[in-house]
Amino acid sequence: MSAAPAEPRSDALSDVDALHADNIVIAFGGLVAVNDVTFNVPEHSIVSLIGPNGAGKTTFFNVLTGLYRPTAGRVYLGDRDVTGRSPHKIASLGLARTFQNIRLFNLMTAEENVMVGMHSHLRSGIGSTVFAMPWQRHEERRAHDTSRDLLEFVGIGKVRNEYARNLSYGDQRRLEVARALALNPRVLLLDEPTAGMNPQESGQFVDFVHRVRDEKRVSVLLIEHDMSVVMRVSERITVLDRGERIAEGGPDEIRSNDRVVEAYLGKSGTRGGKR
Amino acid sequence: MNRAALRPPPGRRLASIGWPLGFAAAIPLLFFFYRYWLTDLNNSGQRFINDWFPLTTLNLCMIWVIMAIGLNVVVGYAGLLDLGYVAFWAIGTYVGAWCMSTFFAQVKFHLGDPTIINKAVGIHISFWLVLVIAGAFCALWGVIIGGPTLRLRSDYLALVTLGFGEIIPQAFTNGDQDHLNGFNLTNGTKGINPVDPIGTGLFSKLKGINPALGAFDLSYKFVVSALIAAFCVFVSLRIRRGRLGRAWLAIREDQLAASMMGVPLVKAKLSAYAVGAVFGGMGGVAYASLVGGAFPNFTFSNSITILLMVVLGGMGNVWGVIIGALLIEWINQTGLKQIGGTFNDHFGTHIDFPSYNFLIFGIILVLMMLFRREGMLPESRTRQILREPARTELEAVGADIEAAESDIEIIEESPDELVASETSGTSGGSGTEGGTS
Repeated sequence: MSAAPAEPRSDALSDVDALHADNIVIAFGGLVAVNDVTFNVPEHSIVSLIGPNGAGKTTFFNVLTGLYRPTAGRVYLGDRDVTGRSPHKIASLGLARTFQNIRLFNLMTAEENVMVGMHSHLRSGIGSTVFAMPWQRHEERRAHDTSRDLLEFVGIGKVRNEYARNLSYGDQRRLEVARALALNPRVLLLDEPTAGMNPQESGQFVDFVHRVRDEKRVSVLLIEHDMSVVMRVSERITVLDRGERIAEGGPDEIRSNDRVVEAYLGKSGTRGGKR
Repeated sequence: MNRAALRPPPGRRLASIGWPLGFAAAIPLLFFFYRYWLTDLNNSGQRFINDWFPLTTLNLCMIWVIMAIGLNVVVGYAGLLDLGYVAFWAIGTYVGAWCMSTFFAQVKFHLGDPTIINKAVGIHISFWLVLVIAGAFCALWGVIIGGPTLRLRSDYLALVTLGFGEIIPQAFTNGDQDHLNGFNLTNGTKGINPVDPIGTGLFSKLKGINPALGAFDLSYKFVVSALIAAFCVFVSLRIRRGRLGRAWLAIREDQLAASMMGVPLVKAKLSAYAVGAVFGGMGGVAYASLVGGAFPNFTFSNSITILLMVVLGGMGNVWGVIIGALLIEWINQTGLKQIGGTFNDHFGTHIDFPSYNFLIFGIILVLMMLFRREGMLPESRTRQILREPARTELEAVGADIEAAESDIEIIEESPDELVASETSGTSGGSGTEGGTS
């Protein structure tokens, strides 16, 4: 069940990016929120997108996931052009995300939440569901098993029958990841996943992201405010400021980049996160 | 081990057996009571039953139950506010009348129907087949109406469905030769009647069952309606537990998140709309058969009454919705008149209670919203959100939790507003982010 991608991923294929955004421009009226940003997530990598508040990070995320149609530019998932496709289509093609302010299906159990994530991979329709056809029952059982495995994987297997709204904050964050993984994605987008976590939890989170990448064989793209997390988890970091890409490189390069220090740390001084 | 996961938790398991059994037992009991045992009662007993629980009311109750179950799929399951559900009722009723009467005298078409003599002109199709036809026809109309409509968000959706709920009955009212270039489609305000009796097929071999159920076989028609209702309950419960039901719930909870998890919004909403329409259509056929015709007396207030049944009974829970429908329709048909009559006799007043029905429903609704917003018999999920505070909302208050205890009360009292502000917050939030940069 675990993320078996459509094609095998070997080093030979690593020149095809898992996700590639080409010269993205988004303008809201006269305001250019994202200006000509080119960006890629290599296969099987962990990439961070950082920038001060209002830099256009979430807007950029929303373009990738199909919520906004870019004013110009194209988005590729693997070698498939997904620009302007509807969000559910892009999701089922392998781009899963979590949300900055958790958006679980509150009145559904943890397990049901994960099973919604599997929607596009399940086949049963109205007829086979009403008449409980053998293949439908089989599919449902498999979906239950898969969702349980995923919940175990993120470490909340014990609470699978609890309603999402009753889970603790940390468990809700984990559930969001499990739900996203249920899509069997190629790229996992995490929007400020450590918001509201204490330093110890953030530290565990770094290991968790590595485990997700290695065991589920996905590429991870995160937006993150906590610099200690970003520096520890990322293989590459892209910095946005006022809608423009101002730097890109490994953690050490970014740390010593003058423009980044000026735009991000020096100016707004938001080190340590929003909350 | 696999099976254990499929089994609902103990509380829900009991409910999932108890209610169907109760329903299945109540129907034959009521049937035997009205068909055989009622005549054994003494005079005052008979009069009491005929005054307070007449068979006509019971039959109408069942029709409304079917409607309420259908609307529950749309409103309760998928969370789409539909203020024009009566449209499908009307379509179903007219399909029933077209397919089971001599109205289209220019054609002669018989199908599977032993209840009418072979020479009769018009379309005569067996009631049971007409159920299928009307269901399919309404599903088609559900898709036609829903296709452009369901792309809209909640408030706009409600308004547009309200429009369709007005247009379609109006179209039936005006569908006579004066308006349709000489072709008489619906016979205008005069309506179409009579409608053929219901054929009982093989069951007519059983003792005491007529081969054709006519206008006076009300106890049998009650069973027919109850069977349709049972079918609707079965279908909605099954779908609810499957892949599509989860998608509906997810849309109801957070449609943006649902679409980001690969749920095709329009398709899922359309299927909810279509399933609701099928139930409405089948109920409409049963209604045509019960009243013996199709008349253009479908109004906006019917849509609202069905919605009231769903809300009052407990959105999302078929059993609650059934209770709601039975109660409201009984009050509407018989209860108010009887209670009012007793009241007037007792106090020597002359109040016309039935004419105050909407006033009374309004008061009931306001009281329900104040004291039991989840309805009489809510889904276990809904009961939760209205009775218990959500955990993260408390934890979001964070370290100031003691200081903010008064805020918690506010959160408890207005979960709806919170949800609303959250939903609108995301797009707006990212928009602002773009704006400030």
